[in-house]
Amino acid sequence: MPAPTEATEEAVGTTGTEALRPHAEDAFAHELKALAAADDRPRPARWRLSPWAVATYLLGGTLPDGTVITPKYVGPRRIVEVAVTTLATDRALLLLGVPGTAKTWVSEHLAAAVSGDSTLLVQGTAGTPEEAIRYGWNYAQLLAHGPSRDALVPSPVMRAMSDGMTARVEELTRIPADVQDTLITILSEKTLPIPELGQEVQAVRGFNLIATANDRDRGVNDLSSALRRRFNTVVLPLPATADAEVEIVSRRVDQLGRSLDLPTAPEGVDEIRRVVTVFRELRDGVTTDGRTKLKSPSGTLSTAEAISVVTNGLALAAHFGDGVLRPGDVAAGILGAVVRDPAADRVVWQEYLETVVRERDGWKDFYRACREVSV
Amino acid sequence: MTAGPTGPLLLGVRHHGPGSARAVRAALDAAKPPAVLIEGPPEGDALLPLAADERMTPPVALLAHAVDDPGRASFWPMAEFSPEWVAIRWALDHGAPVRFIDLPAAHTLAMAGDPTWRDGEGEGADGGDAGEQRHGLRVDPIAVLARTAGYDDPERWWEDVIEHRATGAAPHGPPAGTGYDPVAVFAGLADAMTALRETYGHGGHDRDLVREAYMRLQLRAARKAHGDGVAVVCGAWHVPALAAGTTVTADRALLKGLPKVRTEITWVPWTHRRLARHSGYGAGIDSPGWYGHLFGAPDRPVERWLTKVAGLLRDEDRPVSSAHVIEAVRLADTLAAMRGRPLAGLTETLDAVRAVMCDGSDVPLGLIRDRLIIGETLGEVPDAAPAVPLQRDLTRLQRTLRLKPEAFERDLDLDLRKETDAARSLLLHRLRLLGVGWGEPAAGRGGTGTFRESWRLCWEPELHVRVAEAGVWGTTVLAAATAKAEADAGSAGALAEVTALAERCLLAGLSGALPVVMKALADRAALDTDVGHLAQALPALARSLRYGDVRSTDTAALGGVATGLALRICVGLPPACTGLDADGAAEMRGHLDAVHTAIRLLPDGGTEDVTGRWADVLGRLAGRDTVPGVIRGRAARLLLDDGRLPEDEAARLMGLALSPGTPPADAAAWIEGFVGGGGSNPGGGMLLVHDERLLGLVDAWLTGVPAEAFTDVLPLLRRTFSAYEPAVRRTLGELVRRDPAGGGPARAHTAVPGFAAGLDESRADAVLPLLRLLLGTHRGTPGDTEDTDDMRLGAGSGE
Repeated sequence: MPAPTEATEEAVGTTGTEALRPHAEDAFAHELKALAAADDRPRPARWRLSPWAVATYLLGGTLPDGTVITPKYVGPRRIVEVAVTTLATDRALLLLGVPGTAKTWVSEHLAAAVSGDSTLLVQGTAGTPEEAIRYGWNYAQLLAHGPSRDALVPSPVMRAMSDGMTARVEELTRIPADVQDTLITILSEKTLPIPELGQEVQAVRGFNLIATANDRDRGVNDLSSALRRRFNTVVLPLPATADAEVEIVSRRVDQLGRSLDLPTAPEGVDEIRRVVTVFRELRDGVTTDGRTKLKSPSGTLSTAEAISVVTNGLALAAHFGDGVLRPGDVAAGILGAVVRDPAADRVVWQEYLETVVRERDGWKDFYRACREVSV
Repeated sequence: MTAGPTGPLLLGVRHHGPGSARAVRAALDAAKPPAVLIEGPPEGDALLPLAADERMTPPVALLAHAVDDPGRASFWPMAEFSPEWVAIRWALDHGAPVRFIDLPAAHTLAMAGDPTWRDGEGEGADGGDAGEQRHGLRVDPIAVLARTAGYDDPERWWEDVIEHRATGAAPHGPPAGTGYDPVAVFAGLADAMTALRETYGHGGHDRDLVREAYMRLQLRAARKAHGDGVAVVCGAWHVPALAAGTTVTADRALLKGLPKVRTEITWVPWTHRRLARHSGYGAGIDSPGWYGHLFGAPDRPVERWLTKVAGLLRDEDRPVSSAHVIEAVRLADTLAAMRGRPLAGLTETLDAVRAVMCDGSDVPLGLIRDRLIIGETLGEVPDAAPAVPLQRDLTRLQRTLRLKPEAFERDLDLDLRKETDAARSLLLHRLRLLGVGWGEPAAGRGGTGTFRESWRLCWEPELHVRVAEAGVWGTTVLAAATAKAEADAGSAGALAEVTALAERCLLAGLSGALPVVMKALADRAALDTDVGHLAQALPALARSLRYGDVRSTDTAALGGVATGLALRICVGLPPACTGLDADGAAEMRGHLDAVHTAIRLLPDGGTEDVTGRWADVLGRLAGRDTVPGVIRGRAARLLLDDGRLPEDEAARLMGLALSPGTPPADAAAWIEGFVGGGGSNPGGGMLLVHDERLLGLVDAWLTGVPAEAFTDVLPLLRRTFSAYEPAVRRTLGELVRRDPAGGGPARAHTAVPGFAAGLDESRADAVLPLLRLLLGTHRGTPGDTEDTDDMRLGAGSGE
């Protein structure tokens, strides 16, 4: 969830390190140390902590010696437990979720807690080559001395295998399908052949892989079923309650607004709550009171989008309005976020307007503003 | 608390706990008591031998009800894994006498109806006392113990500490005689309960004191008859009370002056679904299927469970291999270890299934919950079991309504304005809902009024079986039909099914079921993306509203849903009308007509809003080029008929549609939509007869169609015009013959539109008989008015 992300990024800035954003294992070194000291449960091979301690590191708690472990992830305990246990059973872990659900954040902290190193990272893009997952060559060496292990440039995954560490692959579904499939051998045989040298790198106990993927994005390369079978999948949910989400949105909008020199209007909180309510209702397909079902539009309507709608609205209010966030300022933004597919989503949106918004007390202004921009 | 010569064997259990059931069986096998006493209504003693009948399949329930009031009833459900059931079967198999020792249902049912005896929560129908684990107001003994042990979920604590430990030896083989004392677990639990009851007393369960006094008396009697070694199977909560040393006089005093009603008792088949917590007479267990599995699996329950899950997912076409099962078992076991549980429970296995087999999605889990965790097991009861109360209620109704069940077919005509007939109609409709097809609605005998109903009655012997089957739904016809309708609403797939159900609920007067049905209807309507489905549903609703009026049912909720449906159609229809082929367009045109008629039938509240919006939609349809001609034409016509489209505007639209630039086929389709006879609108052609301007336009267009295109549009035109009544066709023909093409528009200037320039005397004369009739100067039979076509024409123009 984005909330802890922001909180810790701020905290990181004050830890006194030179790096703009230190790695998790550095930023929370003292917590990891305290956990390791207090941890007397059995640890899997090459794990820095026991699975129980890893779960505590992510979910937060107080150790017997009084050290307070800050929660890194605010969400269902079950999710973290399943994720950690998956890593302990040497199955690869796939974290799924819409943008802004802290997938990368969780993956980084898991790697930091399990292996003490979150840097063995492959960033998935449409252009990620096979070398990024297997190995590349140092061509100067290769030409000068011929193929040898010295001329080989290992990928983060290869290094994790030989050292028994946790490797991370970000945005797995953005990687082209043929490149994705190079992971199959690594995950099932736990070995990486180097045919050029007639050698192989065998994974050492303790090696595992955490991948993240976005399950609502368009144009992703779906995992082949062969690859999918090697992963245990954990879906990271959106914020569970409206209050939590309003809190996240307001805080983030505040930060963004400050950096853009927008005036922040305290009266805007009502409007933020309204935006969050609309987003949540359409996303969940049911009204907040749980009485009426709704169709869901094709867009993701993530918390991140709610933030951008409100920020836009604030900018509108500041530059063209009276500085107070009003229904009219957010209506157009909401319409843009909801109606992604001009035919189907428009029907969804109008049904929502007519059957839910129109009837709701105190939403008359909003209804009118939306009708104005919708027609 | 242990077996032995010193006292009875008190086996405190959790009702419907598979671990308890296993432990009870082990304890009985070990102690071999001379008699078994069970917490349950003593009226059921006579029915106990039926439990050994081979046709008796759990889940079943003992059902006690007051003789005069079948609605006042109480259920004691028993599943295969219920300790009580296990104890009954053990006793019957070993020839040991078995008895129920709880307070008789005669008292409990009377107390439920007697305000002075209510416990405050007033639910005497709560079978057994599973309720004591549910009600937050009362002290929940299990929750207290769980909290003490540091668990936040009492069910999980019980599973870990009692159920799993009791089965501890069982999963991987039979209990190894040494080191496992089947009675010890009961002793430990009894100690814990004793401590609890010392602190909490009766914990807010006032009635328990009376029940326990009765149980003590029964226990004393049994010890006298069978010796000290008798076994008692009862809720763990009662164990300390049964062990307490009270005097007979004190117990008798507690039982004095209890109210009493005449009761009857029988076995009824039960289902796993009804055992689950959320249904009416639930037994308070969330996962009967899982419990049944735990009880039934000989060993390795987790592996077997996950294999079952994999089988189900495969049946649903999800690719799940044995490798998935292996990984799921590993994950579940590791999760259990990490959470510090002795054995993977339901939570762990579900987490594993979600992560390994379902790609993290919750959707297949819903299926697993429905089919496996709750399960669809249906119990069976031998025919020898006494009749169910539903049958009694039916017999009573048949008597009061003087409607005898007869084997031969006979017709019955009902006038719903009469009280008895209305009640008969309700009964027949309710029975039909319950699947008891005693009466079938027959085509009405002439009368078309909504207050008439015709039925064909025939009572077949197998209907008795149907009634018995329907007994699971409730004890009275009304309650059973309501429960059945609610269940049907939940399981209905298509929107049309739910609307049909709503209609049947209204016919059957099940106002109790309407909220649930309406909720289901609103939900389905909200999620249905096909405007066609919505359009099909609306007319039935509108019809239901009218029926509701006749039968003075409260239809406010229905009206709300119908209005919502109409609004959704208004939003969804315009996009749905583009890009249609000829068949699709014809279908959509039918929807258009149906919705138009239905919207006019909606109640006044909010209708102006809806009709206004609907007119907007029609206007948009009529004017949009991408909409097929037949729909455009139809929309224009509907608006014209409602007076929302001025005639000039209609002529303009027609001119536009029939202008030379339009492909002839499209134009012909427009004509079909505009003047074609719809099912609800047979007089489509009359318009052309009366508005010669429009006729002129059609005529001009038709003569202008090029020869090669004419054969293409001919079938369409034929379809349009052949639907007209012969008289209209003839009149049109005459009009066209008299007015050559092109004459129409020119003549429109010289005469009122719709009338010829000169007087047609023969037609004028033809009106006279009717005028005479209207003015009363000539009394003719009603048949006279239908004599000639011209007369009808005259009548038509007079409207």
